[in-house]
Amino acid sequence: MAKQLTIFLENRPGRIKSICDVLQVNNLNIWAFAIQDRGEFGLVKLVVDKPAQAQVALVECGVACALKEVLAITAPDKPGNLDRLTSTLSQKNVNIKDAYGFVSTGDKQGVCFLEVQNVNGVDVAKLISENGFRVLSDEELYAL
Amino acid sequence: MDVSFWNREIETADRSSLEALQIQRLKEVVSYALKTSFYQKRLSKVGIGSPEDIKSLNDLKKIPFSVKDDLRQNYPKGMLAVDMEKVVRVHSSSGTTGIPTVIYYTREDVGRWTDLLSRGIIATGATAKDIFQNMMSYGLFTGGLGMHYGAERVGMTVIPVGGGNTQRQLQIMRDFRTTVLHITPSYLLHIHQCMPEYNIKPRDLFLKKAYLGAEPYSEPTRLKLQELYGIDIYNSYGLSEMNGPGVAFECVYKNDLHVWEDGYIVEIINPTTGEILPDGEKGEVVLTNLIRHALPLIRYRTRDLAFIHTEPCPCGRTHRRISRILGRTDDMLIINGVNVFPSQIEEVLMSIPEVGTNYMIHLATREGLDRLTVKVELYQKLFTGDLSQLDSLKGRIKDKLRASITINAHIELHEPGFLPAFEGKGKRVVDERQKL
Repeated sequence: MAKQLTIFLENRPGRIKSICDVLQVNNLNIWAFAIQDRGEFGLVKLVVDKPAQAQVALVECGVACALKEVLAITAPDKPGNLDRLTSTLSQKNVNIKDAYGFVSTGDKQGVCFLEVQNVNGVDVAKLISENGFRVLSDEELYAL
Repeated sequence: MDVSFWNREIETADRSSLEALQIQRLKEVVSYALKTSFYQKRLSKVGIGSPEDIKSLNDLKKIPFSVKDDLRQNYPKGMLAVDMEKVVRVHSSSGTTGIPTVIYYTREDVGRWTDLLSRGIIATGATAKDIFQNMMSYGLFTGGLGMHYGAERVGMTVIPVGGGNTQRQLQIMRDFRTTVLHITPSYLLHIHQCMPEYNIKPRDLFLKKAYLGAEPYSEPTRLKLQELYGIDIYNSYGLSEMNGPGVAFECVYKNDLHVWEDGYIVEIINPTTGEILPDGEKGEVVLTNLIRHALPLIRYRTRDLAFIHTEPCPCGRTHRRISRILGRTDDMLIINGVNVFPSQIEEVLMSIPEVGTNYMIHLATREGLDRLTVKVELYQKLFTGDLSQLDSLKGRIKDKLRASITINAHIELHEPGFLPAFEGKGKRVVDERQKL
């Protein structure tokens, strides 16, 4: 499964840059990112090519960050695909806790990162695969 | 100016009669103090084994000072000098490290305390005809119940509304034609700011006087409030260790506070050396409670800074006046009238694993009230990456602080290592409140 770095940052100028600096020095590549604002702080979510190494580098700099598993789902970049994906989940009453994505320009694939809750024993990866999407492994994701 | 007395004989007694009364009452207090192991040890060391060993007020100076920590270490009943069945009232205030200080009163203690409050009320020119709205909180805090009893004994119509709920306070003031308020200075300012919202003007009310206490404020604030409301404002001083309010009160001249010297012996000391300072010099106020037997406190260091006036007051009272409180010798904060020590906040924060070691206490004025913001660092290793963890952490800090210091704090989470690290805890407090 794909790994996401969640980083706790104060909400003020220069904080995201400091994270990018650490990643750059360690020659780490960012695949996707999203930011969640919460007043005086925010969460920065990053998908990078070497998540474990990135976490070690950030922790060494004193940053509070956690690594968690997320679903990386791909589908061709065509209208209606996100609708199909969310219908699949809602039919099984699975809640989407967090989601963000990007489009890979080379092969026109949409990539969506999902964190789900309330799965009630549903194998979400299997459910998604059965409905025409592909859940990427780490290797597949980083090979995009 | 019209000067009224509650007890003219005592209030205008000459120094020698006043001192004779002080010695007599000090002996009584010592006889009760000797019933506690705390004072038995302390007094025998300085050669006082019976009340008769007190020959003059000079003998008082032999007795070592008491401090808040003595009360804490003897929590809950170590300094109680009477049987519990004689106790009719308990009050309590928060301690510096979570252990509260508890004060006990017999029926007679409450009676003597009440009498001094009635004396203060009459000294301001109020009478039994006044409608008294008591806006200090009731409960373990001495301010509400203490003054309530004093006002009732005067015969005023007492409205025991307690603190908060501005709209109801204003409605009561208007509908019951309240003439005298007992309130904190910051709340009185706040209410004025709220008046347009409820479409009430000071001239729609019938207010004549307000007694302000529980927090320090300056003379310009008094003048401003007097002008805003068109009333006379009187300063009131007390602390739960000395029963509560009523240790000292202003008379109609409003030129600082008469200490009721038949009830309390006041000394001003150099807070560093403990040396007694002459009248007129600023130092720490040390008080001996002459009217409470259930829990005797002799030479108690209040940590409040003030000086004693050398000039007599034109009202004719012989009881000396102390200045308003000019500061503190410790780091105690007064937040919306509640006494808070930074160590209490620290104790709460350090009991929560997800909180790092640095923190800041920030105070500001918001809509006329004190706003406490506690800034903490997130402990790196316990971060799970969930927003819900952070939200619940903030909620937990807020709840625990409310339980400890009774104040709703605003909590801010910061990155590890981003708050300044200090050796001393005093620097962790940033006070940007408008000075009252």
